[in-house]
Amino acid sequence: MSLDVQKLRKQFPILDKKINGYPLVYFDNAATSQKPKVVVETLENFYYKYNANIHRGVHTLSQEATNLYEEARKTLQKHYTIKHPHEVIFTSGTTESINLVASSFTSLLEKGDEIIISQMEHHSNIVPWQLLCERTGAVLKVIPITKRGELILESYNQLLSNKTKLVAVSHVSNTLGTINPVKKIIYKAHQVGAAVLLDGAQAGMHLKPDLQKLDVDFYATSAHKMCGPTGVGMLYGKEKWLNKLPPYQGGGEMIKEVTFAKTTYADLPHKFEAGTPNIAGGIAFATAIDFLNEIGIETIYQHENKLLTYATEQLTQIEDIELYGTAKRKSAVLSFNLKNSHPFDVGTIIDKLGVAVRTGHHCTQPIMDYYNIPGTVRASFAFYNTVEEVDAFIKAVKKAKTMLS
Amino acid sequence: MTKIKEIQEEIIDEFLMFDDWMQKYEYMIDLGKSLPQIEEAKKTDDRLIKGCQSKVWLDAEYKDKKVIYTADSDAIITKGIIAILLRVFSNKTPQAILEANTDFIDKIGLKEHLSPTRANGLVSMIKQIKLYALAFQSKN
Repeated sequence: MSLDVQKLRKQFPILDKKINGYPLVYFDNAATSQKPKVVVETLENFYYKYNANIHRGVHTLSQEATNLYEEARKTLQKHYTIKHPHEVIFTSGTTESINLVASSFTSLLEKGDEIIISQMEHHSNIVPWQLLCERTGAVLKVIPITKRGELILESYNQLLSNKTKLVAVSHVSNTLGTINPVKKIIYKAHQVGAAVLLDGAQAGMHLKPDLQKLDVDFYATSAHKMCGPTGVGMLYGKEKWLNKLPPYQGGGEMIKEVTFAKTTYADLPHKFEAGTPNIAGGIAFATAIDFLNEIGIETIYQHENKLLTYATEQLTQIEDIELYGTAKRKSAVLSFNLKNSHPFDVGTIIDKLGVAVRTGHHCTQPIMDYYNIPGTVRASFAFYNTVEEVDAFIKAVKKAKTMLS
Repeated sequence: MTKIKEIQEEIIDEFLMFDDWMQKYEYMIDLGKSLPQIEEAKKTDDRLIKGCQSKVWLDAEYKDKKVIYTADSDAIITKGIIAILLRVFSNKTPQAILEANTDFIDKIGLKEHLSPTRANGLVSMIKQIKLYALAFQSKN
């Protein structure tokens, strides 16, 4: 099924905005997606009609709010094909989800244990593990990548051993767009008894993973990269792991009984949800997921892939373009540089022409070190982008090239 | 010696001649290209101003009671901005540099480069320029 993009764009009033007199071309979707009206309306509707604290009030309003929040949890459960709703933990986003696991894993690790990450990770999937290693004396191992931006699986296999306790890799690379062979990665890790966490931040709007089939132990993601609001995200954890891990933060809602002698913790998922959560955000996260499913993730993927193929063709026709990330399976991310020009200069000029892209190291400095570049210009597409917008982007890059050479 | 304020007025007048952003940026790119580069040996980490996106090296010498700045960047538009800053601040007394304000940046339409998200180091550059001036002033 093909997309009626013009109709869909009506859901996103921001796309009609003019920047510096030019129509906005929003190609920074990997940083955050735009929000459809239905999501904003959910937020508004909650605050106007249902706002109350959840899980504690006996009054009707609190119960209604609690129901909406728990229904949202079930929407996420269904979307990701998760076995139990209590395996869905609401967090503030991918970063917190990863930090939760890294923090709670402290008591499970010993000196000399190993954690494997990859060279293409976002800093959010590097630093929490470095901190965990500092706390426990565990050792961080890194899967290298090829020039195309694909993980070297032979090296991964060699890194795995009975010392490996955890493998944390991105489902999709934010800088290179690579879709990693996560099923293989998980299977291999399980053979040595290691748990696997996938950083799913960049997969959100483009893929719909079946987490039970993947057999992944933890999956972290953010609502704001999939049409939802900022400040809310998900950590999926297998029940057996979530029971094994100690709580992350202490506070209200996560306890069963508190005395000064001893506190017992609440059951899942509340054990990991201390304090009043982002209630409206959680409910709107579910609205965003319903919105995406109504369009169809596969349809979205096809459309974005078409844009990616077209943009890649057009861009590589420009002389002096250097592409980064040319994996066989990739999502709609186009990282590039103009030879002899700094990405900051290119980004500044095309912004003047209304094109919003990200420039810099994209919080993946190890990738920049690998290619020996200061950064890249990254264009990332969403289902509401059009071929005409790709043309405007290409025209802007050509203009930047003329001005900078 | 032309006063800092007068140079700033000159720059504002020059920028008023541009009809659109493109001419303005073309001019800055030209300025960037003409900026004498800092010696490679001086591009050391202690002279590096940490910005998120482009690197800026800034060095200063004290000669005849004036501060002489030299600077460089790996991004050309940033170099253009440096050229403008150096024209304003270099070869001035520490006292004059410390007393100068930077309102002219707003007036020539480069305020966007002052916002923290730009992170091209303009704010840090001005801070570092003033810090050098302060250091030379307190030495004497």
